[in-house]
Amino acid sequence: MSAAAAARRLLLAAGLPLVLLVLWWVASADSQSFYLPPLRQILEAFASVWLGARLVDDVLPSVARLLTGFALAGLAGVTLGVMVGSSPRLRAACEPVLEFLRAIPPPVLVPIFILVAGIGTAMKVLVIVSGCLWPVLLNTVEGVRARDEVLEDTCRAYGIRGQARLRHLVLRAASPQIVTGMRQALSIGIILMVISEMFAASSGLGFTIVQFQRGFAIPEMWSGILLLGLLGVVLSFGFRLAENRVLSWYQGLRQAQRGPS
Amino acid sequence: MSPARSRRVLGTAGLLGFLALLEVAPRAGLVPDRNLPPTSRIAGALADELGQPSFWAALGDTLQGWAIGLAVAVAAGVGLGLLLGSVPALRAVTGSTIEFLRPIPSVALIPLAVLLFGTDLRSKLLLVVYASFWQVLIQVLYGVQDVDPVAMETARSYRLGRWARIRHVVWPTALPYALTGFRLAAAVALVLAITAELIIGNPGLGKEIAVAQTSGAVAATYALVVVAGLLGVGVNLLARALERRLLAWHPSARREAGG
Repeated sequence: MSAAAAARRLLLAAGLPLVLLVLWWVASADSQSFYLPPLRQILEAFASVWLGARLVDDVLPSVARLLTGFALAGLAGVTLGVMVGSSPRLRAACEPVLEFLRAIPPPVLVPIFILVAGIGTAMKVLVIVSGCLWPVLLNTVEGVRARDEVLEDTCRAYGIRGQARLRHLVLRAASPQIVTGMRQALSIGIILMVISEMFAASSGLGFTIVQFQRGFAIPEMWSGILLLGLLGVVLSFGFRLAENRVLSWYQGLRQAQRGPS
Repeated sequence: MSPARSRRVLGTAGLLGFLALLEVAPRAGLVPDRNLPPTSRIAGALADELGQPSFWAALGDTLQGWAIGLAVAVAAGVGLGLLLGSVPALRAVTGSTIEFLRPIPSVALIPLAVLLFGTDLRSKLLLVVYASFWQVLIQVLYGVQDVDPVAMETARSYRLGRWARIRHVVWPTALPYALTGFRLAAAVALVLAITAELIIGNPGLGKEIAVAQTSGAVAATYALVVVAGLLGVGVNLLARALERRLLAWHPSARREAGG
């Protein structure tokens, strides 16, 4: 029975994507349209373009910048968020400024950071940090603020203070919110990684794809779009794995509260 | 002072402090003022912009792309969400495809949009619709899943038809979720509209920012970024006001108003 169920699940999960891919392959097989080349050509271009030197020269540095910016933003966001979230007065004072800074569409900061930091690696990382920071920061503030009062009192009664309190009470309680913020930050980070390279750069994933488009290397351009899509999917999948590990206690708690259904 | 009042005072103080810091830092030479002009000069540049018809035209272009794209995304997201959500077989078949398509960053479509539509409004719309559609769809799917089985059974035993069930049982449950999706989508749509203008060069605020930056008009660049931020705040406020209005009947909204 379990084998049948697994087969059914696999069929459900893989069925439609496969059908769509086959449709794409067949429909585009002898496409004469300049902009919509056959899928076969796109896949050939994919192998020849991205699996060679470009992987090391363009793709990996882009991803490294993304992860660096994301990690820095996470660190800064959680640190500042815990500080702001722990003090009601500080929070009230910061709220309008934070609301405004968060509402600035992050891509418009690319021109600003070019002014400040030129067009090097520092600018790109700064752009990613500045976009990823707000979701993490604001969600951390919310999470820290909404911690359970009973646990708070328990900590006080047992004299749990300082580092231990921070680790076991504050960060623990805020972690579901922090993870939500980081998930939003990751998808913003990918956008900013691409945009910062499209706007002004001489290497990187976004730059290369725009070069292909300007040179009318259409199958190569499509292969770049596929690569960006795959990158998005892989990162979000990796994030979900990490989330399930970090938040397994929380998911179990929620399930227990809802009761077995 | 009442807590609400003191919060407002603190908030205003924070904002003024922030502006003062940005005024003093470049004047005291902490940061070079060609990188960060003092607040007063940014305000001056902003006043200049407000007097120019080209600024208002750009603002109108941005808002137009935002509104059309958002409307298309919401209509498609709600329609498809209700359909997929209420037919379990469809939901099961499409689940993995949605999970796969959703994380594809919409900026990946920029080269394609440029090739197909150039700097036409349609290239902006392609990005805006793709990015905001998923926000709405996912929320509506959550909402439909949240329908109370007892209410559904009741509706069935009273022989409500498919449409009546959607109208009276599914829709009221899904509405709060749909509005959350709308709020997220409204913010994302603005980001993508401005991104398209910045990178592709569709007319609008983003393009003005790129032009100001490349021509070295630093204060004007900052002024336009401030406008983009204010636009973002406005979009958030609008979406929240809509949420409050349409959900005035909902227990969560009533609890908030009561307490």
